[in-house]
Amino acid sequence: MNIPILSSLILLPTVGAFFIFFAKSNKKKYQSSKYVALFISLANFLLSLYLWFIFDNTVSEFQFVENRKWIAGFVNYKVGVDGISILFIILTTFITPLCIISVNSTIENRLKDFLVAILLMETLMIGVFCSLDLLVFYLFFEGGLIPMFLIIGIWGGERRVYSAFKFFLYTLLGSVLMLIAIISIYWITGTTDVEKLYEIGIDVKYQNLLWLAFFTSFAVKTPMWPVHTWLPDAHVEAPTAGSVLLAAILLKMAGYGFIRFSLGLFPVASEYFIPLIYLLSLVAIIYTSLVALMQDDMKKLIAYSSVAHMGFVTLGIFTMTQQGIEGSIFQMVSHGLLSAALFLSVGVIYDRMHTRLISQYGGIVSIMPKYAIVFMIFTLGAIGLPGTTGFIGEFLILMGTFKKNFLVATIASLGVILAAAYMLWLYKRVIFGKLTNDNLKKMVDLKKSEILILWSLAVPTILFGFYPEPLINTIEVSVSNLIEMYNLNVENYLVKNSQ
Amino acid sequence: MELEYFILFLPLLAAFISGFLGKFIGHRSSEIITSLFTSVSAILSILIFYKVVDQSYENNIIIATWLNSGSLNVNWSIKIDALSSVMLVVVTLISALVHIYSIGYMSHDPHRSRFMAYLSLFTFSMLTLVTSDNFLQLFFGWEGVGLCSYFLIGFWFKKESANAAAIKAFIVNRVGDFGFALGIFLIFYLFGTINYDEVFQQIPQIINKEIEFFGIDLNAINLICILLFIGAMGKSAQIFLHTWLPDAMEGPTPVSALIHAATMVTAGVFLVVRCSPIYEYSQLALSLITIVGMTTALFAASVALAQNDIKKIIAYSTCSQLGYMFFATGVGAYNVAMFHLFTHAFFKALLFLGSGSVIHSFKDEQDINQMGGVWKSLPYTYVLMVVGTLALTGFPFLSGFYSKDAIIEFAYLRGSTTGYYAAIIGIFTALLTSIYSWRLIFKTFHGSYNNKKMDIKSIHDSPMVMILPLLILAIGAIGAGYLFKDLFIGNNISYEFWGSSIKFLKPLSEDHPPIWFMFLTPVLVVIPIPFSFYLFVKNKNFVEKIVEGNKSLYLFLKNKWYFDELYEFIFVKSLKKAGLYLWKKIDGDFIDKFGPDGISKLIKILSLKAVKFQSGYIYQYAFVMLIGFSILLTFLIIK
Repeated sequence: MNIPILSSLILLPTVGAFFIFFAKSNKKKYQSSKYVALFISLANFLLSLYLWFIFDNTVSEFQFVENRKWIAGFVNYKVGVDGISILFIILTTFITPLCIISVNSTIENRLKDFLVAILLMETLMIGVFCSLDLLVFYLFFEGGLIPMFLIIGIWGGERRVYSAFKFFLYTLLGSVLMLIAIISIYWITGTTDVEKLYEIGIDVKYQNLLWLAFFTSFAVKTPMWPVHTWLPDAHVEAPTAGSVLLAAILLKMAGYGFIRFSLGLFPVASEYFIPLIYLLSLVAIIYTSLVALMQDDMKKLIAYSSVAHMGFVTLGIFTMTQQGIEGSIFQMVSHGLLSAALFLSVGVIYDRMHTRLISQYGGIVSIMPKYAIVFMIFTLGAIGLPGTTGFIGEFLILMGTFKKNFLVATIASLGVILAAAYMLWLYKRVIFGKLTNDNLKKMVDLKKSEILILWSLAVPTILFGFYPEPLINTIEVSVSNLIEMYNLNVENYLVKNSQ
Repeated sequence: MELEYFILFLPLLAAFISGFLGKFIGHRSSEIITSLFTSVSAILSILIFYKVVDQSYENNIIIATWLNSGSLNVNWSIKIDALSSVMLVVVTLISALVHIYSIGYMSHDPHRSRFMAYLSLFTFSMLTLVTSDNFLQLFFGWEGVGLCSYFLIGFWFKKESANAAAIKAFIVNRVGDFGFALGIFLIFYLFGTINYDEVFQQIPQIINKEIEFFGIDLNAINLICILLFIGAMGKSAQIFLHTWLPDAMEGPTPVSALIHAATMVTAGVFLVVRCSPIYEYSQLALSLITIVGMTTALFAASVALAQNDIKKIIAYSTCSQLGYMFFATGVGAYNVAMFHLFTHAFFKALLFLGSGSVIHSFKDEQDINQMGGVWKSLPYTYVLMVVGTLALTGFPFLSGFYSKDAIIEFAYLRGSTTGYYAAIIGIFTALLTSIYSWRLIFKTFHGSYNNKKMDIKSIHDSPMVMILPLLILAIGAIGAGYLFKDLFIGNNISYEFWGSSIKFLKPLSEDHPPIWFMFLTPVLVVIPIPFSFYLFVKNKNFVEKIVEGNKSLYLFLKNKWYFDELYEFIFVKSLKKAGLYLWKKIDGDFIDKFGPDGISKLIKILSLKAVKFQSGYIYQYAFVMLIGFSILLTFLIIK
């Protein structure tokens, strides 16, 4: 019998969470729950690497598929992976242990509960990336909302309640529509099995409405302009580990959803709505870059820059070109690493100074040279310098976009200039200059655990910038298959229409 | 392993050792390792150059795959041909000399290892740029050198002005890179590849292809050429995108010599020459390049007349000389542009390092009004600076004479209107060059001593470790023109040398301009020497009178044609304002107000209203029930 490797990946963190939750709490050994969580998440990371290793990237079919009856005759618990999902699973299992290491004295109360929430998040996020049934996907996708809501609401900053509710309100709006769409799909086709739906297709006359319903949900989670305003608030109030999970992985669920469902299930509608996506993506890139330029709060600045970076992602996905979609997936992985790294970097100095205001800093390169180096690497990644993952993603996306539309590619490229402006200016104000604030002198350079976390993010950022082959090889076949299927569907429709 | 690997990776290795291990091995070891490694790299480059000259050696090494996505395949590569071998020599030789010079110049800086690491890293980036066999690696090197330039300009990170200059350099370059990147996208769109050889082969097939760009039908080749040229303008500080270069002088002087005179800023010229197989088919782009080049040459020279910062004068001079190189490419004389690039590297690096020596002696004073009369105290520096100045101005038989006069001649021989204009402007600019260069020499070394902070007796020449590199550069500044003129621009030899690395649709004219024309420039270059001596040493009042008489012109030049003020107003301020408006007004007062906050407020109001229904009085509930019941009944009866 084969080991159900995907279910193991999904369930392992939950098992760990239960263990931690029910273990007797002991004030003295209260750190030990952190080690348990770390152990579990590292084991999961190794397991996912093993999955990557045995994954066959030359075929386009879903692999390691598990299909179990769940609600008889209605919903099956079906999971499986292709090249696209595998990268996101590894990203999730890679970021989670780093988050757990980063949890320190900042989470003073209820450490145990916090770890439980993080591990549950991991389960739900891995679930999202391997579900092959719409309803199962929906459950994982929306389930992720709850731990996140709690992380912001319980361990957040001063305005945590406002932010948590804003986050909840926005995402709920989208999810309700998506649920209705999923139910409609079941009524129309009689199944919610993604693979089957790919085969039989969904009648074109329903596609536009269904696409819009899915779009609403994904647009909020991405987030796209103009439903992005929850993100800066959520980030500012969330504790560091929460921000990291939110930026690195939660945002990627929507991008993944666009590729898997919007393109896969509603190709004709996707083609129809391309102008809308281009427009919103361009607005996101330029608008939020300008807004980022003027922020005085470091976390807000990075949050806005996330919106701009995700604008590139949505742009690339809807170019339907090999370079565009591969670039988008690459950009999501890259942004996963970089946004995690940037939020952790902000966390490092926040822990020491308890302020996120840029104006309170300046000149800390003289006290924290090690910190200045890694922060520089992440800054360069964020501005898409060649030799970092950020460049590969943006460059491929823009290349793909240029094939489709010169104007859109040109405007989007302007965002790259703005990114350099806001990131370098941030860096300059925080790191360079004279040491004017006397309180800063008490700061100490990176601790061992911080060095470990930040360099584990910096190394892949550079490594895959110089040698992106391992990642691109993994997704190549799946992406070309997706595009082929998409083009076939759209052509068929056009032929039918012209008759 | 082939030699090429060592040329490329020795500087990288040196950068790593000095950057990450500098703390453990000490400053002196870092300085020796980086200087040694780049020197070895320079010697190997000269060997390769010799092989290319001698045996027409060519090589294209594929180091590894970089990027494979769909039909896009890009490798890390080392391409050696005549063009890249010339660049290899320029880059590694100047770099090695600057490394050695820096040992002396930076001897009191607490972050010397880091400085040397940046220099070596820069050298590596520049080498990847020139040895690329495709546009993406070129772009990698392009942004890589930009990054190192950013690090080095802002090296003294406590200085606010240095930080601002560093960011400005990076962002202005990004504007150029924006055009460059679009050019690469367009190339990929048209040819499905971004490998030089494959692209250049396909060019003749698309000569007449038109594409629509922003609703205008444009010739595809013209568009590619113009987009790439925007990139070149940024990196080579041509007018409109030049504003970063003078500010970049905030960096330590060795940086200015290496990056902002000899190597990085010439990358734009290199790009155009490298793409000569494309540019040859675009008359429009070539004319544009000529115009931009000559405008920059004239503009920068005019500004240099009115500056007082010794480094800024030389920076504008660089800007102006780059303009010469561009208009050489614009009239199709790519080899002449490369020749000027080659000779310019020697004398401009010499001038910068010489000025560094002056600044070093004056304890970081850069204003030439605070100097004067020190030629006896700084004999080596003085002589070497004079040699550099003679070479720069094109004094007969020094290196600048051969390359600059050749540019003016070929512009004249081009026979087109732009060619004649370029030649006239070239001659006039040569005159200005001579004036501002001699002004610098005379105000710095002659006349009366003007510095009140230091006693003239405390002014001493720099140590040998700084003078020695200057001597080598001076040899180049004197002899490089004479020695290499046949190889670079000779009638037959040069075509053989350049081989396939430069494409000429039709060979350059072999005629000579009239005799009077050939004598015009040297004469115009020599006359200003006594003239300047009179103006800036003997009779200073005369200059002051001229300045008083043309106050507005003087201010216009002194303020660099007000480019900075204009850009600050058009771009910086308005973008900041836009950002603030979008954030506060649109995000805050519109989206949030009517979005989440609005909805929650609405729900609150509605629920407050709903609460009123729950009054708790039975008779009210009974009354409502009664009304409902009667409406229902009525409805049923009517139906």
